[in-house]
Amino acid sequence: MDIMLKNKKLAGAVVSEKTNIPNKKIEENGLPGIRMESRDLTVKYGTVTGVKNISLPICNEKVTALIGPSGCGKTTFLRSLNRMHDITRNATVSGEVLLDGRNIYHPKVNPVDIRRKVGIIFQKPTPFPTMSIFNNVVAGLKLVGIKNKKLLNEVCERALKQAALFDEVKDRLNSPGGSLSGGQQQRLSIARALAIEPEVILMDEPTSSLDPQSSSKIEDLIHELKKNYAIVIVTHNLQQAGRVSDNTGFFYLGELVEFGETEKIYTNPANKRTEEYLTGKFG
Amino acid sequence: MKDKQKEGISKKPLGIIYRWLGDRIFFTLAFALGLTIIVLSVSMAWVLSDESSLAFKEFGIGGFLTGTTWNPGVGLKFGALPFILGTMVTSVAALAIAFLPAIAIGIFIAEYAPKWIGSIIDNLIHLIAAIPSVVVGIWGIFAFAPWMRESVYIPVFNWTANNWPSLLPVLGNPMGYGIATATIILALMIIPFTTVLTRDAISKVPREQREAAWALGATRWEVIRMAVLPYARGGILAGVMLSFGRAIGETMAVAMLIGNKNTLPFTIIGPAATMPSVIINEFREAVGSLHVSSLMGIGLVLFVISLTVNLIAAYITRKLSATGGQLV
Amino acid sequence: MKNFSEHKTLWQRNLWDRFMVALLTFSTIMVMLPLLIIIGYVVVNGISALNWDLFTQELGSPARAMQGKSTGLIHTMLGTAVVDLLAIIIAAPVGLGAGIMLSEYPDHKLNPILRVINDTLNGMPAILKGLLAFALIVKPMGTFSGLSGGFALAFVMIPIIARSTESALMSIPWSIREAGLAIGLPRWRVVLSTVMPAARTGLVTGFLIAFARAAGEAAPLMFTSFGNNYLPNHWTGMILGPVDTLPQRLYSLAISPYKEWHELGWAAGIVLLGFVVTLFIIARMLTREKNYD
Repeated sequence: MDIMLKNKKLAGAVVSEKTNIPNKKIEENGLPGIRMESRDLTVKYGTVTGVKNISLPICNEKVTALIGPSGCGKTTFLRSLNRMHDITRNATVSGEVLLDGRNIYHPKVNPVDIRRKVGIIFQKPTPFPTMSIFNNVVAGLKLVGIKNKKLLNEVCERALKQAALFDEVKDRLNSPGGSLSGGQQQRLSIARALAIEPEVILMDEPTSSLDPQSSSKIEDLIHELKKNYAIVIVTHNLQQAGRVSDNTGFFYLGELVEFGETEKIYTNPANKRTEEYLTGKFG
Repeated sequence: MKDKQKEGISKKPLGIIYRWLGDRIFFTLAFALGLTIIVLSVSMAWVLSDESSLAFKEFGIGGFLTGTTWNPGVGLKFGALPFILGTMVTSVAALAIAFLPAIAIGIFIAEYAPKWIGSIIDNLIHLIAAIPSVVVGIWGIFAFAPWMRESVYIPVFNWTANNWPSLLPVLGNPMGYGIATATIILALMIIPFTTVLTRDAISKVPREQREAAWALGATRWEVIRMAVLPYARGGILAGVMLSFGRAIGETMAVAMLIGNKNTLPFTIIGPAATMPSVIINEFREAVGSLHVSSLMGIGLVLFVISLTVNLIAAYITRKLSATGGQLV
Repeated sequence: MKNFSEHKTLWQRNLWDRFMVALLTFSTIMVMLPLLIIIGYVVVNGISALNWDLFTQELGSPARAMQGKSTGLIHTMLGTAVVDLLAIIIAAPVGLGAGIMLSEYPDHKLNPILRVINDTLNGMPAILKGLLAFALIVKPMGTFSGLSGGFALAFVMIPIIARSTESALMSIPWSIREAGLAIGLPRWRVVLSTVMPAARTGLVTGFLIAFARAAGEAAPLMFTSFGNNYLPNHWTGMILGPVDTLPQRLYSLAISPYKEWHELGWAAGIVLLGFVVTLFIIARMLTREKNYD
């Protein structure tokens, strides 16, 4: 816990010392501790609009779920939160995404920095197959140049424990990353993301390629993780969203139709579209 | 109407025979033509062994492979070692020179260049690969070798003569046609080949691998170093093998530039010979069955080395596709 | 991270990244350069050697050129046409058949072996294919000939055609074959009348590429078609006797000790280069058309 706080301060200090990015006042929307916020975010692929005018808050120590039918912009929005669209050809992003009050799309901001702070887990587990489990977990640290063996071992153990994978692999940290089962590989990907101590964790349908047992392990993991991080999860599985999330945003045709506390949305949605989706009338 | 035709054909006994016979003949033809390729390859092995048996009987396999005299004139003694060494040295050295630039271009096209530049470079690379070896050779003889002689070899020779005369025998004759010139040209000729293969290997790396590296906050080069190259290393290795196979078989440009000295020892910039070069130089005028047989023997050695290299490359490629892209 | 000072800073990493971009760009340019120089050189020297004689006269003895009498390479160009045509006539059916075997009967036990052997044959030096043609054709015939040269080049073309045929046919979705079978066509009609026409661009491109490759090869011809300074008396002489071809002639002219022949060599060079490059460009254009279909 201490490490986390100290690094949050460090990370914050680095951002404000080295750059001159204006600090925008975070508006209180009646929701406590907003970590990230998007304002009027629009993402286009060439002439096709991915998402339009999305404004929603991501709260700290809470899980925010993004639901909606396929192709309605949930993943597009998620990826814009850590500037993954920088490497997509043809993608243009307008609007703002604030992390701790600072726009991550400000020209002076280095995207590499953002991606360290906002980690992402993909649908398909992607361990680096040529690296051992150990090297997979500490890959992010090695990028920054950390070579201290003791530190690497500590971080590896901590991250694997956080990802609930340590006990299963502790005897074979040197075996290749590709030698694990699907569910284990996904937890390895999570450990890898956790090792660099992000502040926000994005998850793009993390369990849709896993069997039910592994899925439920991941869901338990999410419950644990949210105590220390802000989590955003995109999911097709309405029940899953209902189980794990505190806030929910419903996307339809590239627009944010409704956003609010999960319980409220599921039991008493304000928008008719939302209700239709939740009751399975389409999607 | 078509149904009626179909009914008509399949019901009449003649129709069934038409189908069956047609299919049978077609398959047999395809099979036979496919078999022809196998027959061709086997013939190559058989012909080379048969033609060279005279030489192997005369000198013994070991004697032929390690013999260092090649004397078609007086002694009638033939040893293949100078040419085997010449081929190996030029090919390995050329590959060593060509490898990094080829990978660099492959990475550049696959990862950095915008689509239109990548496409232009791609076309250029293929165009360059299409230039016939003899054309490169004639340029080498009249433009490159003289240039190398004036700008590199003679200055180096003079410097060595003044400062380190004991090194002169190792350095060799600076006339321009020799192992160094041939190696450089060889490297130039296999770069396009290697580039295409490494670029293919790199583009096969799945998007998710790169994204995983991006997600950890890697810079563009770090993504390549951490996620792309390790993943593609199997394909790159296969490409290197195939390029080596290409280099050892490269005949014309090398023969035109290597100076054609059939005896050891070789020097750094002085003349030498390779297996293909000696065959080209001597086969047309070879008189006497021992001479011809010895040349065929060299052909056989070339065949065996080339076969091994190609089979290794095929093995690596097959293993890669079986394990979904990894050599582990 | 615990101690920021022991790490590479972001600035360092970005600098490294920029450095690599520069290095890679530089390498690409450096490599393209000499290769463009070669083409430029051949074009410049070759153009100045082009004249009407080139396309109308035979070569003759060295004395002819040294004495300033008209020499040319018409016999070479005709010989090249004959040998190359022979080669494609021999190679096309074999390559096509093998490609059909590989793509239309994918479960046949022969195929894995065939594929490996074909790829290996493809990677073999062309000179070995010349040696094979020498042993199989020149020796029994007792003479060098255009026919043996044709076979030698065919051996070069066959693996290329087989490979591109397989690839072109496999790119046609299986559903087309199923549709053909469903309307009652026998298997062989399905392949000939529905699959192959659909793949025709890929098939033709394969022929062109193989042809261009083989057309530039000199090594296999050195001891099969051998070469000839004159036109034979009768056109059959080109098939049954030694005949001149551009690549082989280019080599001989370049290594000869006669300055006049060197000039002729550049002319041969630009003709050969132009020939090969034209084929290549046509093949490339066909491929691009196919992609737009």
